Amino acid sequence: MAKIKLLPSPPAGLRPQPKRPEDPAVDDQPKDLVKEAGVSAAAWVDERTSLSGTVRWVMFRPIPKGTNWFYTLGTATMVAFINQVITGVVLAMYYDPSVTHAYESMKYINNEVFLGEFIHGMHRWGSTVMVILVFLHMARTFFFGAYKYPRELNWIVGVALLVLTLVMSVTGYLLPFDQRAYWASVVAMNIGGNAPLLGPFTPPAALGGPDVTTVTLSRFYAIHMMIIPGLIIGLISAHLYLVIKLGTSAPPWVRADKVGGDLKEHDA
Amino acid sequence: MNQREKEEYLREYSVLKAQGKPFFPYIIVKDGVMMIVVIGTIMLLSIVLGGELTAKADATTTTYAPRPEWYYFWAFELLRVIKPPALVSLATVGVPTIAMLLLFLLPFYDRNPERHPLRRPVATTAGIFVIGAMFFLSYLGAEAEPPSRVDMEPPPSVATAGGATLEKWEAGRKLVAQSSCGGCHKIGANGNDGPGPQLTQIGDRLKQGAIRETLINPTLPMPSFAKLGPEKLDDIAFFLSTLKSGSGGGH
Repeated sequence: MAKIKLLPSPPAGLRPQPKRPEDPAVDDQPKDLVKEAGVSAAAWVDERTSLSGTVRWVMFRPIPKGTNWFYTLGTATMVAFINQVITGVVLAMYYDPSVTHAYESMKYINNEVFLGEFIHGMHRWGSTVMVILVFLHMARTFFFGAYKYPRELNWIVGVALLVLTLVMSVTGYLLPFDQRAYWASVVAMNIGGNAPLLGPFTPPAALGGPDVTTVTLSRFYAIHMMIIPGLIIGLISAHLYLVIKLGTSAPPWVRADKVGGDLKEHDA
Repeated sequence: MNQREKEEYLREYSVLKAQGKPFFPYIIVKDGVMMIVVIGTIMLLSIVLGGELTAKADATTTTYAPRPEWYYFWAFELLRVIKPPALVSLATVGVPTIAMLLLFLLPFYDRNPERHPLRRPVATTAGIFVIGAMFFLSYLGAEAEPPSRVDMEPPPSVATAGGATLEKWEAGRKLVAQSSCGGCHKIGANGNDGPGPQLTQIGDRLKQGAIRETLINPTLPMPSFAKLGPEKLDDIAFFLSTLKSGSGGGH
């Protein structure tokens, strides 16, 4: 007696109404022509991708009753990350990861580029906001017990994202190559070098030598620009897939109303 | 959780979902508002605080006392309060590693099927304690004075010698302050006690030459100061070698 899993459908108010004979003819209104064109383009794509099923699965999935503003913290973190990506790409258009030019290129961004300091500031403070939001999102998950069955794996993906976020903030800290950046990185590397077992290999691998040099800067830049963002985007996708697949957890104090046997299920 | 508890949860959850609302358009509105709030906050921070730069990085004149980003203050403070040298490696690497392992493995050792924070007193208390400890350590780390001052009077032998000797001593004192030795070492009334050893009486333990050698080839995590050049290294080594017990170098 396997139950067929149906894709969730749009709420009644949003469903397209079937056409009736007394409706005015469609083809002569420009508005209707545009609508027709849109519908047929969407249908063309859908016929070749079957994306509409995925869209329905994502957008019309039922959210359990009782969710509140705490449940927007994950979205908030993702928005902060998207902000980092966009502002980071803009900064990368002007930034030069070499010991001789890094600082000057940052000065150029701040002083010459249109809205340069604003974009730089959004990247710098966006990282702080992202770290705060990651911790708030994690605290919500912890205190609501949302990491428990069946969402254990999503918690682990989330902790990996936390670690990657912190690596981002360490590697990004060096890039402006001012005094603060340089000396904080020297201390961080010495701490890394002090680690048991892997310690002696940390500075050569990360710095490209015993000291902070151009090689260090370009390594940190590649790590900060390509490796970690790629990993973060991949893991956020996995995180979101699991959220949608398993469903958003309900607050632990919310109990289901008593229902009879005629319960209609949106999704199983 | 055993099989019965799992099934119970899934049953309850599917009822909750059936009694809830579709994500679009009911829940997505809140997410949209939150997105605007986040972007607005970041823009406001950028306008108010900007993206100022300090001076260009310079490996030779080490006048800069390194401070981590504020959300690492708690780790920084932990590093400062843990003094025994044997424990320093534990504090710098061990504590973060253990904390991360505890976070990763949380769903595996917390096997309590209960989810309500008030019905899992151990987990909730531990969570509040960790957050409280991080806030407290962050506060201490933020309050810590910038360790770039060394207030010392020249010991009698140097003071009476005067001239070039006194000048050399004074130059060494300033270099020690500028090089942020106080970030990791206690020197008289200044500096942080740890992770490095106290330097207040370093002259008792090491001769000038040995101090100079340590500055060039230190044991990790201390950075090498070889870049300062032989002259400045001489000044620093001379200054430090005069710091002895009972020499009046205290202050």
